[in-house]
Amino acid sequence: MLYAFLCCHNEAVVNSWSKAEDDAVLAKRAVVTDKLAAKGKLGPAVRLMPTTAATTVRMGREPVVLDGPFAETKEALLGFYLIDCDSLEEAIDLAKDIGREEKVVFEIRPVRLYLPEGKAS
Amino acid sequence: MNDVGWIDSVLRAARPQAVGALLRYFRSLDQAEESFQEACMRALKTWPVNGPPRDPVAWLVLVGRNVGLDELRRGRNSGPLPADHEISDLEDAELDIVERLDNSHYRDDVLRLLFICCHPDLTAVQQIALALRVVSGLSVKEIARAFLVGESAMEQRITRAKSRVAQAEVAFAAPDAVERAARLGAVAAMIYLLFNEGYSASGGDVHVRVPLCDEAIRLSRLLLTLFPGEPEIMGLTALLLLQHARTAARLDADGVIVLLEDQDRSLWNRDMIAEGYALIEKALRHRRPGPYQLQAAIAGVHAHAAKAANTDWAEIDQLYATLETLQPSPVVTLNRAVAVSKVRGAEAALAMIEPLAQPLAGYFHFFGLKGGLLMQLGRTDAARVAFDQAIALARTPAEAAHIRLHLDRLIRESQPA
Repeated sequence: MLYAFLCCHNEAVVNSWSKAEDDAVLAKRAVVTDKLAAKGKLGPAVRLMPTTAATTVRMGREPVVLDGPFAETKEALLGFYLIDCDSLEEAIDLAKDIGREEKVVFEIRPVRLYLPEGKAS
Repeated sequence: MNDVGWIDSVLRAARPQAVGALLRYFRSLDQAEESFQEACMRALKTWPVNGPPRDPVAWLVLVGRNVGLDELRRGRNSGPLPADHEISDLEDAELDIVERLDNSHYRDDVLRLLFICCHPDLTAVQQIALALRVVSGLSVKEIARAFLVGESAMEQRITRAKSRVAQAEVAFAAPDAVERAARLGAVAAMIYLLFNEGYSASGGDVHVRVPLCDEAIRLSRLLLTLFPGEPEIMGLTALLLLQHARTAARLDADGVIVLLEDQDRSLWNRDMIAEGYALIEKALRHRRPGPYQLQAAIAGVHAHAAKAANTDWAEIDQLYATLETLQPSPVVTLNRAVAVSKVRGAEAALAMIEPLAQPLAGYFHFFGLKGGLLMQLGRTDAARVAFDQAIALARTPAEAAHIRLHLDRLIRESQPA
């Protein structure tokens, strides 16, 4: 089963990391994700720009375009991984492994529809 | 990251909001800073045991308030007891905080905190140093190192700035739209000054000064989080990102400044450039152009050119023309003249800067550009005079060295082959 690992984090904290701290987190995660990639289990991985770069379109009678993220939350969605896991147990273990020594929050969501080429098969 | 490292970065990130809220509460910068400091000490003790609170800012504000109130009470022990209603508003405080989980409620607090650092009586350096100390929470030692001065000298500067600010009238009521816009403008200017303080570094100073640029970007992003619909704050953030993206290419191995046209563009930071573009695009939708947006757009045109020869100078000329009408200044015209020289030739650019001779009589770059244009036109003697004047006005050895290169070339070329 394909799972989305949504990485939620306090954005102000992540923005205040120095480049060295940021690089260290990425390097630590790569140890885990590189192994998954080697096994062909890692789908696209995405890191989003800060929420200040976000634009929100809210549909209604009149669509409303707003600057900023959809929800102002303490932990913002900063990126995600798609990983092919054999079970929820494996997914949970992987989340613990990827996020080791961090204060990140992972929301693990099974993927219902995946269209890497953008068109339904 | 270990626990303490993590808590440190949370406290650092929470500082502007928390100190801003405490300042509104206590109406004293010293009191706000002290109670925030005390709240941080308690966080370091309790967070590793109890885990982090869901909302660190609200936690720090609440604890800071309680600590500060306790101290006020103790301070009054010798006198008569204060009336109940003066001290027993903690319940209200909690209610207030529940309501203020939303970031937008902190925006005037953070803006006020930044704004008091921009007091017009303070010099630019004082403003920046005060903001770094109070808002960013850098230590005096760190700030002194960034400004290349001794710790005690910086300590004195900050203390003087603080006492000046303490005497100032600060409006604590929520500002109206006009006042808010004025504050935002002053704060944006201060953040840009802070950035330039770091950006103008050269040689051995670079290492210690880059953090000033990082801090400016952090504050600018914070401002944009609080005022997400302000195109000029998008422009400012984009401008800082697009300029900072060039950092790795700006100096050669000897620490000498490499001009934009000679930089190795593969060293430019593509992430920052992409984010800068995204912000410019968002800002444009508002159709409310301003100086930061225009300067960001100009930096964006440079970033877009894979090599210097591909630069769209006509576009830059246009953007500077708009900037000239919005914010007329001799320096803007001088910068435009560079673009004009590429589009319409040196003669046209020279005519354009002629009227600037008076207002820019003490400006290094004026004579540098004038010399360069005269050189292109083959007016060697006049070029040499302009370059000599430029060297006399150079503020750094790097500036002087750059002009000497031109002079050397002139001398070489004037020798018979």
